Formats: sequence, structure tokens, C-alpha cells
Amino acid sequence: MTRLPVLSLITWAPFVGALLIMFTARHRPRAVRLIAAVTTGLSTVLSVWVYAAYDREAAGFQFYEKLALVPPLGISYELGVDGMSLLMVLLTSVIIFAGVFASWTVAVRSQEFYALLLALVTGVYGVFVSLDLFVLFLFYELAVLPMYLLIGIWGSTGEVRPRGIFAWAYRETGVGTKEYAAMKLTLYLLFGSAFILVGVFALYFSAGSASFSFLDLEAAAFPPAVQRWVFLAFYVGFGILAGIWPLHTWSPDGHASAPTAVSMLHAGVLMKLGAYGVVRVGLGLLPDGAAELAWLVGTIGCVNVVYGALSAMAQTDLKYVIAYSSVSHMGLVMLGAATLTEAGLNGSVFQMFAHGIMTGLFFALVGLVYEKAHSREIRRMGGFGRVMPGVATAFTVASLSSLGLPATAGFVAELLTFMGAWRSDHVWWLFPAVAGTFLTAVYVLRVAKQIFWGPPSPHFHHLEDARGPEWVALVILTAVLVLFGMVPGLALALVDTATVPLLSRIVGP
Amino acid sequence: MRLIVWLPLLVLALPFASFLLLAVVAPLRRRGRGAAAASIAAIAVAFAAALVIWREGFRVTATWAWLPGDGGPMGTVGLLVDPLANAMLVLVTLVSLLVQVYSLGYLRDEPAPALGRYYVYQSLFAFSMLGLVLAPSFLQMFVFWELVGLCSYLLIGYWYDRPSAARAAVKAFWITKLGDLGFVIGIVMLWAATGTFEFEALFAKAQEHALAIPALGTIMVLIYLGAVGKSAQFPLHVWLPDAMEGPTPVSALIHAATMVTAGVYLMARVEPLFALVPDVLVLVGWVGAFTALLAATMACVEDDIKRVLAYSTVSQLGYMMTAAGAGAADAGVFHLLTHGVFKALLFLGAGAVIHAAGTNDVFRMGGLFRAMPQTGVVFLVGTLALAGVPPLAGFYSKEAVLAGVWEAGMRGPFLMLALTALLTAFYMFRVVIVAFFGRAPAAGHPHEPGWAMRGPLWLLAALTVLLGLRFATGGGGHHGPGWLAPLSVSLAGAGVALAWAMYQRGALDPARVAATFPLSVLDAMARRRYGLDALYAGLYRGFILAFSRLIGWIDRYLVDGVLNVLSAGTLRGGDALRRMQSGRAQDYVYGVAFGVLFVMIWAQWWR
Repeated sequence: MTRLPVLSLITWAPFVGALLIMFTARHRPRAVRLIAAVTTGLSTVLSVWVYAAYDREAAGFQFYEKLALVPPLGISYELGVDGMSLLMVLLTSVIIFAGVFASWTVAVRSQEFYALLLALVTGVYGVFVSLDLFVLFLFYELAVLPMYLLIGIWGSTGEVRPRGIFAWAYRETGVGTKEYAAMKLTLYLLFGSAFILVGVFALYFSAGSASFSFLDLEAAAFPPAVQRWVFLAFYVGFGILAGIWPLHTWSPDGHASAPTAVSMLHAGVLMKLGAYGVVRVGLGLLPDGAAELAWLVGTIGCVNVVYGALSAMAQTDLKYVIAYSSVSHMGLVMLGAATLTEAGLNGSVFQMFAHGIMTGLFFALVGLVYEKAHSREIRRMGGFGRVMPGVATAFTVASLSSLGLPATAGFVAELLTFMGAWRSDHVWWLFPAVAGTFLTAVYVLRVAKQIFWGPPSPHFHHLEDARGPEWVALVILTAVLVLFGMVPGLALALVDTATVPLLSRIVGP
Repeated sequence: MRLIVWLPLLVLALPFASFLLLAVVAPLRRRGRGAAAASIAAIAVAFAAALVIWREGFRVTATWAWLPGDGGPMGTVGLLVDPLANAMLVLVTLVSLLVQVYSLGYLRDEPAPALGRYYVYQSLFAFSMLGLVLAPSFLQMFVFWELVGLCSYLLIGYWYDRPSAARAAVKAFWITKLGDLGFVIGIVMLWAATGTFEFEALFAKAQEHALAIPALGTIMVLIYLGAVGKSAQFPLHVWLPDAMEGPTPVSALIHAATMVTAGVYLMARVEPLFALVPDVLVLVGWVGAFTALLAATMACVEDDIKRVLAYSTVSQLGYMMTAAGAGAADAGVFHLLTHGVFKALLFLGAGAVIHAAGTNDVFRMGGLFRAMPQTGVVFLVGTLALAGVPPLAGFYSKEAVLAGVWEAGMRGPFLMLALTALLTAFYMFRVVIVAFFGRAPAAGHPHEPGWAMRGPLWLLAALTVLLGLRFATGGGGHHGPGWLAPLSVSLAGAGVALAWAMYQRGALDPARVAATFPLSVLDAMARRRYGLDALYAGLYRGFILAFSRLIGWIDRYLVDGVLNVLSAGTLRGGDALRRMQSGRAQDYVYGVAFGVLFVMIWAQWWR
């Protein structure tokens, strides 16, 4: 086929944007933003086009590209999307496009900021479209590493005061500072990467086919021991990025300290890299291992749901609340996948999308509130609804999706997960999952009430609503959240074509 | 598409279109009255269409795929139009229309953007409630069930800068959500067992005795829990009185006539399924009757006119649910429809009173009849209907409920309902006598409201009377034993007489009555709302919040603490090891020497 390499274009457009910004736009902040908006806009338009052009009847991997890189070792640049990865590409596009607008006001070193952000996005796209595990790993690292600089330089420092018997340790490590958060996040994720790398090599050598291609490895049959241990390695490795308990604590610190666009991208998309990795590589390549260890994945998922929600409720810092809500919702993603049912896995993938958009919206809003109020302390706020009605409305929509209200994307995801849970081998998973939605309703509405309702707080003056480019982010994200909630078929019809074959390899047709 | 399908779709689409228009087009919304006009026009046409559907007796089921799945959709949305839905359609569109017109007068002094926001919510509510009524499946019913809950939350919190309104809105959401947890678990379990959410498919299975799944009783109790939350049944009724923080027209529409009756509608809609589990129905009946009695006692000691009406709504919902529990869901729906009309009338009348007097406290009103006779007359009509005085509409529906319960052989619930009938007449006339005929000087400058408010009042009053006369001449629906009608009337009469003796005549001093022994205990408990609100507040603070603080502490200081101790240990360890590299040659020579010595000893002794 002599077609345009669309996936390569989508993947590399932000990288080209990053290079352009570094080399041409020094000291011209407006040009920096323009380049960022145009290159991510290009990726967005192309991903929407791919979404529309994807042949749902044929299903499978489409828009296939292959270019041998190291033939003797079987490493090649191999791209393709199926219904699941396509939805993730779409999610990435929406989030980064909105993220560029949401961080329109970053003033310090905006050139480097946008360049790093765009390089990171290329990594994210790369993971979603790569079919070669070696290249996938390279992209994965590209997506993780710029985060260190982005948080360390442009982050904000929270107000955590170490107490208790371990206080000396916290003082030693510098808890609460942005440098601490950046270091913690990077170390955690690299720790996970090591597991992934080991897993990839184990598969490569065990298959003996001299190929890193996903399609070749899929055809190989691995012995039970390999299945079990490599699945475990992938679960821990990718799972760290998905925030599995008890390896989740990098996420609240990291997300709370990160600048707006980075929190949006990280909680919105990067955590999905982890979940996507577990589903695509773990479930996809190691069906028997997945079936054997599903009980672990689902049970930890349940812990995540309830534990994350309760932790969120205990926070007094707005960004930490949202960050812990991600821990809770990512639990639902893992739980849905662990049910190994059509409904559950569809719910899991849909939740990746729904949570990505929702948490992106949340972090955009928190960024706006922080920028105008210069505080993240919930208890000091109050009555903001009168002066920032637009922000209040968008926050309400995000909250409703978070607690799974129908007509928002969150509901569809949760319902499918519930349905899957009750049809799985572990019916009791349904109860923590449902309890989690109630706890979410408690903390999210409590926060919304405290910030936006009630009489105006005396601590703040001259607050104002979102302006100009900030509206772009809010409107896009809110509209997507509601649209996919009302017409879930937009995503599910696609996702189903990818999940059904995947499941048939695990539990039989 | 055929008329029979698209006309119901139109009823549904009109309020949605008006919602979308007002939500998206900000300039129109900020105009306030422009927004009101759009919303009222939409609901008026929807009402006309609903009337046609009802008159023609449409019956149709249509579904479309919503949640795609391999081998057929996992969930569908669509329409289920039948006589039950048709009657509800008329009630919902009628009351919505009247309330939206009335609100123009009631919220006259609101700033234009706030008024626009109000009509956005109103349109969304009309759409959601109609979607609930037309739902052909549990899934769609749950979707709209939650959406009406959202509208309730938004409208209770309409004056969002009042702390009490903010609290009440959140409380209403949480408490109803608690019931909805049961609902969602129930329908998911039912889906897992049968593979469908659709009513007709489930009914067909029920008829073929294919629904003999062991957990059906549990499932139906769980689904019933949703109705307990939404229809304010004991013990989840505590949100409804607080919901009175919303504007009064909202209370009339959502918290009296329509949304809160969704639970009763659900029971009637899936009656064939509940019929398979008679034990669950007995539970429904007892809880309903207990709710009716409990709420009536609380209404007797309440001084806030809206809260009296709210408790009375809880009490009447108890009636309807008891009927459903007795297997007479049609009687419950009958009462639902007449109650929808006269309770909306009462709330709107109370709104006119509050508007004029500037207070909710009946004991600060007094003598309002002289100042606002029209409102007084229509309020009296509503009160008589609620008390169950013939020939008004409430008499016939209440009698149908009592007859149904009696014939089901539920003696306990019947007695509780009969006692409730007495109390109903008592507390309603207590309000009427004190507020309209009391000797205390009225607060403020009472006056008749404008036509936007008076029109809906007269219309509803006329409907209450006409419906009653229609049942009276048409023989009505009462099929109970012959002694039932006289009993019912004399209970109402006794209640009225008691109120008259205590509050008008002065023959009995209310304070002394309340202080006599068995009543004094009851009085104190009812005034504390039987401690239920305190119980929930305690559970929330002492259990959920405390537990969350514990988990938050564990997360920060144990889970994360272990990690920080490890990393701090690494830092300190590295610091200590650093000293080994001192840079002095002697140290290194010592090191090498000891190393060699160690290897030699090891080779010698431990080989």
C-alpha cells in the first residue's frame, strides 16, 4: 500500500514541534504556543480521521507500517492500531490538545516546557501504536523520563508537614517539595521499567523466534512457568504506572506537584499507558498467566478503589484529592480487566478513556483555581461559584462523571465493570466496586460544595472565571465527557472488536 | 417512522431540545425571561402531545442498541408506551408546565442569569422524568432515575450560597445514592442471571416460569432499595424534609408530584416480577405503612408550612408503597396521580403564602384568609382532598388504597394507614386553621399573588374537584367493603374536629395535650425526628470520615513511610560508606592486607 504513514505522522508531529520550538522560537512565547497548538492539532485531526476511517468490519490491526531497524535481532519499527489502541490515541490527542490550551499561561521558560511536553507526547503515542515490543519499550522510556524535568523545574511545592515515627525519614528525603516528587516518580517508574524489560527479554528468548513483534509473539505458545512469572513482571512493571496499591504513592505526590498540563497528561494518559500495557502485553501475550493471576489483579484493583477513595476523602489539598481519585479509578480499570469478561474488559478500556478525559478536566480546573486563588487548601476556599460559574459548571460535570452519573462517560465504564464483575469468577468484586462509587460521591460532592457553594470566602478577592484559550480546554473536555456518556457506542463498537478476540484467547471462544 | 413512535419521542425530545438550547446558548440563558419562554413553550407542546397519546391510548414498545456487544447489544434504550406510562406522561407534563409558569411569578425578583439557570434545570428535569416514565428497561430507568436525582440536587441547591441549601442538596444526593447502590447491584445481578435489562423480556421469562433463579428475592429487595431512597421510605426518608430548602415550585414539582413518586412507579412497572416474590411484597407493605404513620406524627409537631407538607408527602408515599406491597399497585398509582395534582396545589398555595407573609412559620402567619381569599380557597380544596373528604379526588384514591390493603389481608398495615388518615386530617387542618384563620397578626403585608401564580392554582384546584366529581358519578374505583367509606370519612372528620378543638376553639390547650404522659414521649421523639438525622450524621462523621482519616494516615505514614525509610536509609548508608574512600594510601593498604588475610583464613579453615 502506498498510503500516507498516518500513524507515524501522528506520533512524530509533536516531536517535530518540539524541535521547531527549540531551534526557531527562542524568546518568542507566542510562537512557542502556536507551534505546540498546530502540531498537536495536526495529531488530533489525524487521529480523528483514523478513528473515522478504521474499518470496523475487518477489525484487527490497521494502518500498518513496518520498517526493519536491526534485522539480525528482529527489531523493527512496526506500527498499527486496533480498536483499543485507537481509542487511546484519540484520548491522547484530546488531552494534549486541551493541555496546550490549559497551560497557555506558563511564563517561565515556556520554550523548554513545551518542547519537553511535546517530546513526551511522542513517547505516549509511540507506546499506543507500536507493535514491536522493543520499540514500544523505547517509546515508554521517552514518555516517562521528561517528566522528571517537567515536575522538577515547573512544579509547585505543597504543604506536607512530616509527623509521626518516620518523620526523620521524611525530612531526609524532603517530602512535599517538587524535587522530591519528581525524584520519587522517576525512580518508581524506572523500577517498573526494569520489570518490563526483563519481561520483554524473557518472552523474546522463550519464543525463540528472533522477533520482538507483537504479532509473532502472539502466535508463540509459552510454557506455564513463563506465562505466570512474565505476566507477574508485566503486571508489576506496568502496574506501577497504573497506580496499583501499594506501589501508588508516587502518583499523589507527583500529580500534586506537577504543573497543570503535566498533571493532565500524566494522570489522564500516562497512567493509561500502564493499564494499556497490562491489557495489551500482559493479557494479550500471556493468556494463561493472565487467567491464573486474575484473582490478584482484581483483588488489588478492589483495594485501589476503596482505599483510593478513602484516602482522597482525607486530603485537604485540592490537587491531592484529585490525584487520589485517580488511584481509585485506576483500580476500576484493573478490576474490569481482571474480570476476563467482555463487559468487564470493555468497561476497563472505556474507563481508561473516561477517566483520562475526566481527570484531565479536573486537573485543568484545579490549575485554573490555583492560578487565580494561589492556594490549594480546600478549607480556605468557598463560594467560588458566584465569581467563576464556568469553572464551577465544568467541575460539576467532572465530579458527576467521577461518581458515575449516567449521561457521563464515567457511568458507562462503571456499569460495564459491575456487569463484568458479577459474571466473573469472583462475584464479590462487585461490592467494593459499588461501594467505591458511593465514597466517590461523598468526597467529590463535599469538595465541590466546599469550593463553589456556600457564602464567598473572605480569603479571596478579585477571582475571575476562565478566559480565552482556557475555555478551549474546558469546552472540549466537557463535551467529550458528555458525548461519550450519552452515545457510548462511539467508543464501544470499536473497543469490542479488539477485546473479543483478546478474550477468546484467554477463556476460549 | 410511525406517529405512534414519534409522538412519544417528541414529548421526550422537546424538553431536551430546550435544555440543550439554554445550556449551550449562553446569551439566551442570561436573558432569564427569554429562557423561561423557550422552556415553557417546549413543555406546553409536550403536554399537548402527551394529552393526544393519552386520549388515543397509545401502546408501543421500541428499542435501540445503546451498549454494543458481541452478539447483540448488552443494553438498549427505547420507549415503552402503555396506559400506565400515558397517565404519568400527562401528570408530569401538566405539573411541569404549571410549575414553570408559576415560577415566573414566584422567582420574579431573581437576577436574570439565575432565572435562566433555573429554567435549564427545569427543562433537564422534565426530560429526565419523561425518560424515566417511558423507560422500557431497567437500564434506561436507572439512567433517568439518576438524572432526576441530579436535577433534584441542582434545584435544592439553587440558592447555592446559602449553607443550609448546599447541605440539603448534598444530603439528598447522598441518601438517595445509598438506595441506588442497591438498585444498581440488583439490576446487574438480574442481568447476569438473565442476560437482559428489558422489562418485556423479563416478564415473558416470568410467565414461562423461567425466572426461578434462587437469588430473585434478594435481587428484588435490592431493586426495592432504590425505591426506598427515591420515594423517601423509612429509613431513608430523612432527605426529603431538608429538600425544602429549594424554591417552593421545585418542591411542588420534584419533591411532591413527580420525582419522589418514581419509586411507586417502579413498583407498578415491574409488578409481574415482584409478584413472584410475595415475601418481599409483605416487607414493602409494612415499611410503607410504617413510613406513613411515622411521617404523619412528625408532621403534627412541625411549624414550618413547607416541612409539614414534606412530611405529608412522605406519609402519602407510604400509602402508595403499601398499596404496591398489597399487590394493588394500580390503587397506588391511582393515589399517585390524584396526590400529584392536589399536593402540587398545596405546595404552590404554600408558596403564595410564603411569598406574601415572608416566613415559613405558620404561627407567624394568622388571619391570612382575609388578605388572600383566593389562595385560601384553593389551599382549603387541596387540604380537603389530602384529608380524604368526599367528593374530592383524594377521597377515592385513598379509599382504593385502603381497600386494596384490607383485601390483601394485611391487618397491621391497614390499622397504621387508618390511624395515619386521622393524623393527616389533623395536621393539615392545624396548618389551615393557624395560618388562615388564626388570631395572631400576620407577618409582612399579605396580598394575593399575580396571575402567573394564581392561574396554576385555580387550574389545579378545579382539576382536584372535577376529578373527584368524575369518580363520584362514574362509581369511582372503590371496591372495598361497605363500611370502608364511612370509616374513612369519620376518621377524617375526627381529625378535623380535633384540630378545630385545639387550635380554633381553644377547648384543648395544645401545649398541655403534648405534655400528657404517653404523648409527651412521642412529642419529644417526633420533634427530634426520632434521632434518625442524628444517626446518619453520626455515621458520616464517626464512621466514614474517621475511617478515611485513618486510611489517609496509613497511606501517608505507613505505606509511604516504609518507602521513605528505605530511601532515607539508603541516603544515610551511602553517606556512611562514603567515608571508606578516604584518599589515604595507608587505609587502602590495610584494606588489601586484611582482604588477603581473610581469603587465606577462609581457604584454610572453611574449605
